[in-house]
Amino acid sequence: MTPPVVYEAVIGLEVHAQLLTRSKIFSGSSTEFGAPPNTHVDPVCLGLPGVLPVLNRAAVDCALRLALATGCTVRRRTRFARKHYFYPDLPKGYQISQYEEPIAEHGAVDFEVGGQARRGRLRRIHLEEDAGKNVHRGTTSLVDFNRAGVPLVEIVSEPDLRSADEAAGFMRTLRQLVRWLGICDGNLEEGSLRCDANVSLRPRGRAEYGVKTELKNINSFKFVRDAVAHEIARQEAVLRDGAAVVAETRLWDADRGRSAAMRSKEEAHDYRYFPEPDLPPLVIDEAWLAAAQGQLPDLPSARCARFVADYGLPPGDAATLTAERDLSDYFEAAACAHGDGRTVAHWVLGEVLRALKRTGAAATAAPVGPLQLAGLCDLVRDGTISGKIAKEVFAHMVTTGRGAGAVVAELGLARLSDPAALEAACRAAVAGNPRQVAQYRAGKTKVLGFFVGEVMKATRGQADPAVVNDILRRLLDAP
Amino acid sequence: MAITRDEVLETALLARLELAPEEIPALQADLAAILGYVATLAALDTAGVEPTTHAVPLDCPLRDDVTAPHLAHDEALRAAPAADEGCFVVPAIIGGDAPEGER
Amino acid sequence: MSDPTTVGAAELRERIARRELSSVEATRAYLDRIARRDGRLHAFLHVDEEGALARAAAIDAALARGEAPGPLAGVPVALKDIFVTRGIPTTCGSRILAGWVPPYDGTAATRLRAAGAVLLGKLNMDEFAMGSSNENSAFGPTRNPWDLQRVPGGSSGGSAAAVAASLCALALGTDTGGSIRQPASLCGVVGIKPTYGRVSRYGVIAFASSLDQVGPLGRGVADCALALEVIAGHDPRDATSLPAPVPRYRDAAGRGVRGLRVGVPTEYFGAGLDPEVAAAVTAAIESLRAAGAAVVSVSLPHTEYAIAAYYLICTAEASSNLARYDGVRYGLRVERPTLQGTYRATRAAGFGPEVKRRIMLGTYALRAGYYDEYYRKAQCVRTLVREDFRRAFERCDLLATPTSPLPAFRLGEKVADPLAMYLCDAYTTSCNLAGLPGMSLPCGFTAAGLPVGLQLLGRPLEEETIFRAAFAYEAAAPGSARRPPDPDALTGAAGAAGTAGAAPAATAAEPT
Ligand SMILES: [Mg+2]
Ligand SMILES: [Zn+2]
Repeated sequence: MTPPVVYEAVIGLEVHAQLLTRSKIFSGSSTEFGAPPNTHVDPVCLGLPGVLPVLNRAAVDCALRLALATGCTVRRRTRFARKHYFYPDLPKGYQISQYEEPIAEHGAVDFEVGGQARRGRLRRIHLEEDAGKNVHRGTTSLVDFNRAGVPLVEIVSEPDLRSADEAAGFMRTLRQLVRWLGICDGNLEEGSLRCDANVSLRPRGRAEYGVKTELKNINSFKFVRDAVAHEIARQEAVLRDGAAVVAETRLWDADRGRSAAMRSKEEAHDYRYFPEPDLPPLVIDEAWLAAAQGQLPDLPSARCARFVADYGLPPGDAATLTAERDLSDYFEAAACAHGDGRTVAHWVLGEVLRALKRTGAAATAAPVGPLQLAGLCDLVRDGTISGKIAKEVFAHMVTTGRGAGAVVAELGLARLSDPAALEAACRAAVAGNPRQVAQYRAGKTKVLGFFVGEVMKATRGQADPAVVNDILRRLLDAP
Repeated sequence: MAITRDEVLETALLARLELAPEEIPALQADLAAILGYVATLAALDTAGVEPTTHAVPLDCPLRDDVTAPHLAHDEALRAAPAADEGCFVVPAIIGGDAPEGER
Repeated sequence: MSDPTTVGAAELRERIARRELSSVEATRAYLDRIARRDGRLHAFLHVDEEGALARAAAIDAALARGEAPGPLAGVPVALKDIFVTRGIPTTCGSRILAGWVPPYDGTAATRLRAAGAVLLGKLNMDEFAMGSSNENSAFGPTRNPWDLQRVPGGSSGGSAAAVAASLCALALGTDTGGSIRQPASLCGVVGIKPTYGRVSRYGVIAFASSLDQVGPLGRGVADCALALEVIAGHDPRDATSLPAPVPRYRDAAGRGVRGLRVGVPTEYFGAGLDPEVAAAVTAAIESLRAAGAAVVSVSLPHTEYAIAAYYLICTAEASSNLARYDGVRYGLRVERPTLQGTYRATRAAGFGPEVKRRIMLGTYALRAGYYDEYYRKAQCVRTLVREDFRRAFERCDLLATPTSPLPAFRLGEKVADPLAMYLCDAYTTSCNLAGLPGMSLPCGFTAAGLPVGLQLLGRPLEEETIFRAAFAYEAAAPGSARRPPDPDALTGAAGAAGTAGAAPAATAAEPT
């Protein structure tokens, strides 16, 4: 008996990212999300007779940034093409896209799955325009063109991914990257980042690919893994049954946790690509490329490694701090001002993230800014306040927006370390607890802690415990 | 050069043109005649010749990323054969009508 | 003054600027003439009487206030219905756009308005500019003012006929494969297709985007020079628009042709050329030589391939450009229960036979597996055609050829045979493939009184050289342009113009 076949999944992703430009790719309409239907439109994005496209420089800049950040080769002379199909949300009957000459090729996204480094190569990145939106309503459909003409990059991976976890990891890292670069807000639910997955199975060890299906409608982060895992299982069941996988497009139904084949007509699609005559070739010269390279921020992986090296952070903490560029900037600003990165990381990963979550603020508009946080850490380090008091001070800083020093002064939270000022409280503690005094003097010196606690209580925790210890010992040891 | 009836029908489907029965043989004949005529191009050796996509060489100009006024909502919809809820209205789209998501 | 419609735009503008007559007077004169004569010609698809008179009054008021007159101040003009005009119906000669009132102005309309022009209305054309006879208009053909039984040429046939019949002082047309020059030739007026990119295409309904170009048609060379100065120049809304400065073309007048080398391509004088056309054009070239130009023989060896390449490129691009007419956002919709049915019924009902034929041909040629054989091949031939011209222009500054192999043909004569119709463009398409400027100007008449056109082709952006020769020829041969007869004088009924139309033009011509 031959052992059962072990299947290997082969997964490639096609990701569309809406670029964060103010205006559309070929006209001056706003790209803002959420406006009433058909109010962010102009003759160009409605495809009225006689209109012509004019390319938005910022869209090219975004694509260049992504291309450079993923190590792609940038094509220095690149052309647009028309891709034809009829659909109510496609105003011109063709999409202006790139076909034979994409702006960038042959890059990669490095990511980790379960602590293992993986690489997902990129076949190409190209620029194109988004279509409008259809809302289905019984026997009719409603069409809104606000989204028509929003710039997109389409990122096509090589079929390098081998599991649902890898697909999710790739996607998570890509999302981190586009957000980091400031070219896309990465919102899968609103559709500003969209993912289609091509999935096939083959017996492990075989070089040829199996028949693939294309999964669409993966509009949440969790669904990337769910949909791919489900499709791998479905195809495996088909193959184990001795049947063949049908090449088809399947829509992921998140509510039911399964996919369904899209009804497809017998008609084969033929996009009839040809070079867009309305747009001359886009030339990216040395100066433009150099400027884009110069403006590229250090990337999340590099910054993460640097945080480990420069600040002695555990890799996990460094990864969390570099999940978002703004947060990592926050951390670094605070760490530079304060000096001790580990202390600052502790605060950022704790109180600061909690405050951001609670207030819904972005790291760039955190209620306690990085320099304020550094000021708070300074007060703890120089003994002005205790770590415990510091949390109270932080909470006040969040609500009042004031600096650590001001909060400490206003609320009188500074640590009491003047022996003269603490003498009275210590004497009161001794005087008020004769039983414990007796115990101490009988040799049970451990009750010293009890007296310290009493003094701390009386001073609302502000007393410097070392000074209090000294005074109490003197009072109790005295005959 | 012969053009089959099926080729005419497939092309008409791609172009979203409904053809009357009598139009089909007429188009078969017209397309055959015209394509027969353009077949003279095949005699020309164009190996190594770069295609001209733009008659006058120019680099793609770029616009700055600034917004311009929108069409007034009623102007955007004024010419619509059917409109409702601020949207253009079409007969229901059903699966397979077009490659949704291919973009 | 006497009838303001007897002079062209350039002179009319001077008279209005000098306030010898008002724009309202000129506009009324043209509107009256349209009302009396256009019933037979059918050059206009839409006359905006109210808008024109209001605009003329506003121009007069501005002149009365002493404001500087624009270059076309008060001049009544008309536009081919391919130009998008805000608030004024724009059909492109097609049922699918019948009733469409655009919410925006194209650049040509904007520049004409800014120059002070008065827009009389919109002119008839072959549907989506596809045709050489104006018989493909969804709204009925325009007739040739010289013979109502004959076509005015196309696709800017309405523009050429309106200018020839003095129904406007100036018109704009578009030229994809000869659509300004061929009707200009058949109607006996001047028309220039500038260098590709010289005039903005923004707001010009696209037929074949890599070939389409806007240009003026006028009664004289000066009218076209003036108009081109107004409409030419860089437009940030058209990415293919050239950033080069615009010369004052009118300054080319009087410079003469001494020292100019005029090339005569042998391929343009072969089989298929009407002998009367050949004689008139040859005489015109002789006249240039007599005026001081050097005439040299040149060769454009790929000429015979131009029409085939042209028809592949223009139909492929047209099949793409016309995909937007789907009955969703504007225009005709033929409602069916399904989306697909609605698309197909709408487009079947909205497009005429020639448009459908070209959409079919273009769609066929762009299909996967055919692209290289057809579209790409044609684009390679295009490169060869450009090279031909580049080489020829090393030996000469200008090319002189016939515009059309035939004078105006009869309505219905070629409409049943698309290929025969396409061959009417034999001398005009190469110029579009190469993106060159080209002009047609009247160079005499056939024995039957039909105008003949001389075509002048120049190097890219050298419209000035063309104007220089055209001004010189016009001055040397003042009888080459005449005014056609009053349609009512030709015949009692449009349907029976045959015999009168054949009368020698010299006697039928209306004194001007
Ligand atoms: Mg795709
Ligand atoms: Zn795409």
